[in-house]
Amino acid sequence: MKKVLKNPGMQAFLASLICIIIGLLIGYLVLLIINPEGAWESITNVIKNFFTWSKPKTQLKQFGNTLAKTMPLLMCSLSILFAYKVGLFNIGAAGQYVAGACASLYAALAWGWGWLPCMLFAIVCAGVLGAIVGILKAYCNVNEVISGIMLNWITLYLTNTVLSKVKEAASPYTLYLDDVNPSALLPNAGLNNLFNNNKYITIAVPLALIISIAIHILLSRTRLGYELKATGSNKNAAKYAGMRENTNIILTLIIAGGLAGLGASMLYQTGYMRWECTQSSVPGMGFNGIAAAFLGGLNPIGAIFSSFFIQHITDGGQYVNTNFYSSQISDLISSVIIYLCGFVLFIKLTMNKMLARSEERKLRQLKEAEAAAGKEVDQ
Amino acid sequence: MEQYAIEMLHITKRFPGIIANDNITLQLKKGEIHALLGENGAGKSTLMSVLFGLYQPEEGTIKKDGVEVKINNPNDANDLGIGMVHQHFKLVECFTVLDNIILGVEPNKMGFLQKDEARKKVLALSEKYGLRVDPDAKIEDITVGMQQRTEILKMLYRDNEILIFDEPTAVLTPQEISELMQIMKNLSAEGKSILFISHKLAEIMEVADRCTVLRKGKYIGTVNTADVTMEQLSAMMVGRDVNFHVEKKPATPGEVILEIDNMTVASKVHKNNAVKNVSMKVRAGEIVCLAGIDGNGQSEFVYGLSGLEPLVSGSIKLHGKDITKASIRERSTMGISHIPEDRHKHGLVLDYSLEDNMILQTYFGPEFTSKAGFLQRKNIRDYANRLIEEYDVRSGQGPITVSRAMSGGNQQKAIIAREIDKAPDLLIAVQPTRGLDVGAIEFIHKQLVAQRDAGKAVLLVSLELDEVMDVPDRILVMYEGEIVGELDPKTTTQEELGLYMAGAKRDEVKA
Repeated sequence: MKKVLKNPGMQAFLASLICIIIGLLIGYLVLLIINPEGAWESITNVIKNFFTWSKPKTQLKQFGNTLAKTMPLLMCSLSILFAYKVGLFNIGAAGQYVAGACASLYAALAWGWGWLPCMLFAIVCAGVLGAIVGILKAYCNVNEVISGIMLNWITLYLTNTVLSKVKEAASPYTLYLDDVNPSALLPNAGLNNLFNNNKYITIAVPLALIISIAIHILLSRTRLGYELKATGSNKNAAKYAGMRENTNIILTLIIAGGLAGLGASMLYQTGYMRWECTQSSVPGMGFNGIAAAFLGGLNPIGAIFSSFFIQHITDGGQYVNTNFYSSQISDLISSVIIYLCGFVLFIKLTMNKMLARSEERKLRQLKEAEAAAGKEVDQ
Repeated sequence: MEQYAIEMLHITKRFPGIIANDNITLQLKKGEIHALLGENGAGKSTLMSVLFGLYQPEEGTIKKDGVEVKINNPNDANDLGIGMVHQHFKLVECFTVLDNIILGVEPNKMGFLQKDEARKKVLALSEKYGLRVDPDAKIEDITVGMQQRTEILKMLYRDNEILIFDEPTAVLTPQEISELMQIMKNLSAEGKSILFISHKLAEIMEVADRCTVLRKGKYIGTVNTADVTMEQLSAMMVGRDVNFHVEKKPATPGEVILEIDNMTVASKVHKNNAVKNVSMKVRAGEIVCLAGIDGNGQSEFVYGLSGLEPLVSGSIKLHGKDITKASIRERSTMGISHIPEDRHKHGLVLDYSLEDNMILQTYFGPEFTSKAGFLQRKNIRDYANRLIEEYDVRSGQGPITVSRAMSGGNQQKAIIAREIDKAPDLLIAVQPTRGLDVGAIEFIHKQLVAQRDAGKAVLLVSLELDEVMDVPDRILVMYEGEIVGELDPKTTTQEELGLYMAGAKRDEVKA
């Protein structure tokens, strides 16, 4: 049992689980305080998400929707954790995600590009945004959090302006991809049939999973990963070892930006969502990516599951009974849970401390027993 | 019965997997200077942390003036009159000496500072104990020795009776060290009890009345320094006889490996150049030592030489080839190895495993990276195991130990293994023995001499006088960024060296 608990992978998993449970408890508590009557039903609905529906076919379709939205979140969390491994906090992922949305939608709607060029364009634009942060960090020592946050807003309003050119006349939303340029929609490759013909299930799903594994391998097995992690962990030692630490910082943020941009393309090019050109806040996808990255134990494979869970809870929020609660309560509950997800590292630390203490106690008991036995022999 | 100022009786403190203090007794008499001697990892710091209430011991008691006390936190220790000068000073750089002294116990009336009274007390104290400090000077403008005296005044101002000095001489010049010794003697003559933590035997012999020795967490014994020799003390500390003198054959210098011509390097902290027009040659088969007091441009000199900082002017040649503009990586692959001054800042990625640190300079080679860019984990493991074996690098889990969890001496051994195994033509070793215990120092000195005998050029940068006198074949003294003297370690004395280091004496030196 002790051995299992000491395994770092197991620890990460347990810590994440504990965070989830505490998050759900606090969420339930909030519901109880506001209105005890509907609390239990609502919190179970949040957990059930698509299972709230009675028909298995509807469940499957709704499951597909959650899955479709999980992939962009997974990309954002990969963006965050990749940069984090290199010692950078890429809060700019939120803006890079927006840049990706802007690039893919504009290329699709204004220029009529096919799905692949649109996707690549999204990666490039978001990567450029990451590069700006990286260059500022590497050559002017501007903190990447500050420049990232400011760029988030610049990108948001720029995107609103640009995408206004391809929006519907009567609404603030961009045109439907299905109507204007169906070739820009990501191919389903038959995957939609697995989810009761949910057309939002596209090649994005397998692609995102493959990228997670690729990032995992890149970080753990390759020379580039070795260099990047060394740079992140100790910039001075990396420089001393002849690594080009400035290039590495910029490269990291380009890759991180590209991942977030790809995430946006994976959502907007399914047609599931349209951009609202009057948005006055940066979409939460990039920020939720932070929670997903930490909940997944900063591991690209863990991020797959944590991203799904967070999207699951977020979607589940819409099943909170609005007779008892105002409609914003769903956001509140999911954000409480997501907030708690950030405590994974803390829980891990506490667990290790407790393990150490119990071991120490055992050691002492052993010694005392030995001493007692020794005394008996003496007598 | 003997009167003790502080007694730590049968202290046992365990950490997971290790007993840091195993039944240790330390009794400090009133008015004595008591040395606490031990290698790194012997448990000196843990014992002091227990005394300061930072750790609670599992067993044992602490008595002050014969009365049992409980020390739960540093405030309790302070209330009992225990004060400490840390190895790394705890001073606010941009404050004056006086401000630093009163920090935390500011005399005030309704929240307004009353400095006059404090100034009088500080002046009286520094008069009484011969601590020459200017209370209005800013910390950043005064010498390290004066900063240390400020720390001492801080303790005295708080009326501390028990003064702990944690390796106080590590940062001082020979002249400053003898001043400090005098100050310590003055303090004890005035009835202060002093606990002096050190692993420098000569200083302990000079200043301490008694000495308690720890080894690997265990109490070895307490002796009167008058009754023992230095050799006996060191045998107690290490557990075996140690050879202080570095055994070496006469050097047989060969061709010039490194040739530096008028090197000038800018300073990061001030507008003047840190290294000014330095020229030197290092030949194959000799150890040249760059000596000097800390902060006289040695670090910047090494940065310029290794490529970490660009030169303002001058040139560097390796094997007659100009490498002034070469990158760090190019210099490294051309045959320069560099044991850096700060092993945590430059030498290691602390979060990496030992094996990953072993390949820090060579990871990109075909042995460790495949053509597709994948690390060859098996080769790395084999390579690390070989170095661990050859250089006796000890760690908890072998090659997969996280470097952070290793002791300082073994971290340094790992760096030395890595740099020497690269088979360099020029080995730059910057303070390679800093903070290490006698056993590890002996090992490292042997390695340096072995490199020399193998026909490599070795450039040693050192602040330790014993090392400067013992290891090299030639000494170059650096003062304020210039080479002010070339000395032969066989004919010079520590006093003469000290004069050059302090800038009191200088020759015109030609490369």
